[in-house]
Amino acid sequence: MTRPEVQEEDTPQAQHPVIESWAMFRKNTAAVAALALLILITFGAIFGPTLYPTDPFEMVWAPFSPPGEEGFLLGTDYLGRDLLAMIINGAKVSLMIGLSAALMTVMIGVTVGALAGFYRGIVEEILMRITEFFQVLPTLLFSMVLVALFGASLPMITFAIGIVSWTAVARITRSEFLRIRELEYVTASRASGASNMKLMFRVILPNALPPIIVQSALMVGSAILFEAGLSFLGLTDPNVVSWGQIIGSNRQYILDAGYTVTIPGVAIFVTVLAISLVGDGLNDALNPKLRQR
Amino acid sequence: MGILRTITIRVLYAAALLFAVLVLNFSLMHLAPGDVADTISQSMGGADQEILDEIRVSYGLDQPFIVQLGKYIANVAQFDLGYSFFYNQPVSRLILERLPATLLLVITAQIAALLIGVVLGVISARKPKGISNYVVTFLALFGYSAPVFWTGILLLITFSLNVHWFPVAGMRDVTIEGGFWTHFADVARHLVLPAVTLGSIFLALYSRLSRASMMEVLGSDYIRTAKAKGLSDHQVVYKHALKNALSPVITLAGLQFSAVLSGAVLVEAVFSWPGLGTLAFQSIIARDTPTILGILFFSALVVIVGNLLTDLALRLVDPRVGGRK
Repeated sequence: MTRPEVQEEDTPQAQHPVIESWAMFRKNTAAVAALALLILITFGAIFGPTLYPTDPFEMVWAPFSPPGEEGFLLGTDYLGRDLLAMIINGAKVSLMIGLSAALMTVMIGVTVGALAGFYRGIVEEILMRITEFFQVLPTLLFSMVLVALFGASLPMITFAIGIVSWTAVARITRSEFLRIRELEYVTASRASGASNMKLMFRVILPNALPPIIVQSALMVGSAILFEAGLSFLGLTDPNVVSWGQIIGSNRQYILDAGYTVTIPGVAIFVTVLAISLVGDGLNDALNPKLRQR
Repeated sequence: MGILRTITIRVLYAAALLFAVLVLNFSLMHLAPGDVADTISQSMGGADQEILDEIRVSYGLDQPFIVQLGKYIANVAQFDLGYSFFYNQPVSRLILERLPATLLLVITAQIAALLIGVVLGVISARKPKGISNYVVTFLALFGYSAPVFWTGILLLITFSLNVHWFPVAGMRDVTIEGGFWTHFADVARHLVLPAVTLGSIFLALYSRLSRASMMEVLGSDYIRTAKAKGLSDHQVVYKHALKNALSPVITLAGLQFSAVLSGAVLVEAVFSWPGLGTLAFQSIIARDTPTILGILFFSALVVIVGNLLTDLALRLVDPRVGGRK
């Protein structure tokens, strides 16, 4: 027996939230273009070194050969290294540190914010004091100190960026938890015997996620900028190339070869810009109520 | 009435935060590989274990952690931040020497960013479809996404190397002779590019927030009343609306002390500005731990005092702030 065909066009159907958000996101042309660009950059970072196997540390030509001439698309730097190879290999480090530092800020921030917003009272008081303490330390100086004292390895740099950046996530998570914990469906699941853990992470957190996701996306961008700043100052693992470090090491030669500084800067700028445009798009898609403003 | 009590509580709280920074500072110094004895022996060209032990005893490094911590805090309370063996100077003197340059840079950049940001924000709030709106959006995107040191280098290439409008580095030209105003003009010329660079990050923030805040205020009832009374547009915007629209902008500006100091480190490095940031950078390269930690402590102090002053100023200006608690 066949079921009768339902006229789907007339009855609006509730769609899966992800599909609904994607439909919203797609309306923001800039965000979609930025997302495409980000995917391209990520692919470049993963497969670039295989497709363009020139060693970024090898001296391949005379120093300061300008872009496009002598067969090097982006020219060579002060040591005669291929700038294109350096940019491609630098992408991996910049993106990796950006992502893992952002992941760290989200994990610390969500945990602190969730505990503070859920338990209130003395727990909240202590956790928010700790958050304020970290807000008082000038971020860049503190991570410079950490990297300088404990060594410039990639994990240390990631840690140094993560430990100073989580406060914004914690504040947002806390205020969302404070709002949601008073709602009726939370009271209902509490009454039906849900444990605190379940209330926090299965009931409240999923509903608190939209602003946290937007903030996390922005966190990736600021972590990339942060890493660029540190490596510009020379606080980076000397065995890897990163975008900020290319700028830092070439900056004495801007009179002879401005492009060695301009080009890696454009790479950072475009990547972070794309991330923040995607963040804007996510904001529109996940908080449709804000759109009317 | 309650204001005195509020102030006392805020000050005590600030002192507690400062104390926590000190404990962190000292723990970092303790945890980091190498101590004062190593530094001294290095500058002497190496020493055997006996001499190392002697130095450790004479600096009290053989005593338990808590005792050393107490001593450190007692010293800091008398503004003794230790001794830099790299610069052969007390750290506190080093910091105070460099402080004016950083303050000059930071304050100029902040005031310029606030003024221009608020003006841009107000203009674009009044004409939501005007060109100023695109300027604000562009500035916001650029300010957020461009690494500040890169912006600085681009300005340096454009305005110092190509057209020679501004000097390349430093804060003053030592060859210049003349009276106060000659030197003033000289420092001002050196200040332009670093201040513009540092301000660019915050200009984005302030223009965006003042636009949003102004739009909200312009939509409120008392503005309609003011217009209905027959006041001119100009009066309504600048006398009635601006006062209320500014409050969140000032709050935000007060929260930026930590970010401004971080930005200043990078900007100072680009323009060789002789301030705390350059000092921090140099002492990190030289592995001069007392100076690094002294700067960290001192900048935390600046942030704490700055936050405290903003908080109190807002309470005085805006009676709605801190009604309870």
